[in-house]
Amino acid sequence: MNIWLVMLLGGLITFGMRFSFIYAFGRLHVPETIRKALHYVPPAVLSAIVFPELFMRSGEFYLSLDNHRLLAGLVALVVAWVSKNTLVTILAGMVALFVLQIVLR
Amino acid sequence: MSEKKKYFWAGVRAEIPLLIGVFPFGMIYGALALGAGLSTASAQMMSSMVFAGSAQFITTQLVKDSAPGFVIVLTVAVVNLRHMLYSASLAPHLASLSTRWKTLLSYLLTDEAYAPSIIHYESNGVKPYSHWFLFGAGLALWVTWQFSTALGIFLGAAIPDSWSLDFALPLTFIAMVVPVLKNRPAVAAALSAGCVALAAYSLPYKLGLILAALVGIAVGTFLEDKTQAKPKPDLPIQANLRRSLDE
Repeated sequence: MNIWLVMLLGGLITFGMRFSFIYAFGRLHVPETIRKALHYVPPAVLSAIVFPELFMRSGEFYLSLDNHRLLAGLVALVVAWVSKNTLVTILAGMVALFVLQIVLR
Repeated sequence: MSEKKKYFWAGVRAEIPLLIGVFPFGMIYGALALGAGLSTASAQMMSSMVFAGSAQFITTQLVKDSAPGFVIVLTVAVVNLRHMLYSASLAPHLASLSTRWKTLLSYLLTDEAYAPSIIHYESNGVKPYSHWFLFGAGLALWVTWQFSTALGIFLGAAIPDSWSLDFALPLTFIAMVVPVLKNRPAVAAALSAGCVALAAYSLPYKLGLILAALVGIAVGTFLEDKTQAKPKPDLPIQANLRRSLDE
């Protein structure tokens, strides 16, 4: 097994997937339902990524007040809602995490 | 400043919070790759040949476990399936670009480049130089990834993760998803996707993520159809008339 060949193939497949629809669009007719559905990719995908980061630790569901990341994440959620500012949200979340880690240790 | 540069730097700026979260991951990957027995060259080159964080982490683990080459390639393919969703989602916005641009932007299409870019397109629409935003975001991520990988390879095991800087990554995603939750179908899409992601977390190869995304998309689309069937709300003048008639 040659690692370079593995990386080359893996890279080509990855690029292929990223390129797939971007290349094909316009060359294929996209049904209206699919167009509408694509509108929901951002909220679905972002949540699919965020929820495990907040609610799980080491592969286990971690719903507890000891879960500092979850609490900090909820703080960030509220701040994001109110401020609509990315940088402020991240700062608030990081500060919340640090404070929780120090205070609740 | 020219239009192109304005979009480019806007993309870079939008990417900065994500770079903070990605940087520690790059370093950790670099250190892990060396530890798994990859050469300095191959560890570094994976960051440009494959250029996908989670796939690189899993590859490193599989190399360490002496998995056969075809298993690694297949795993990379499955783990990176979600990039097809990104491709489909961005395709309408990139439709008018040259093949050269499409190729370049596709190469740079990571989770972190996708997120701010799709939000930019959804709020600002497609303008002549909009794609420079994606270019800026993607390039910023690419450079950061190469650099942090190199740093991880160089420093090896001497990296403190007590700083929890990687938490900046989910925080940024939170900051980006909240403004997108403008209506009930979108909220439902987010909640259903999130819950499925938790339930399906133990599925291998990040299949849980893809399943969660598909469920969320289905829920959002379904609810959008349902809410469009309802009668439209009255204009204020009609509502006032109706109210005065009822009294």
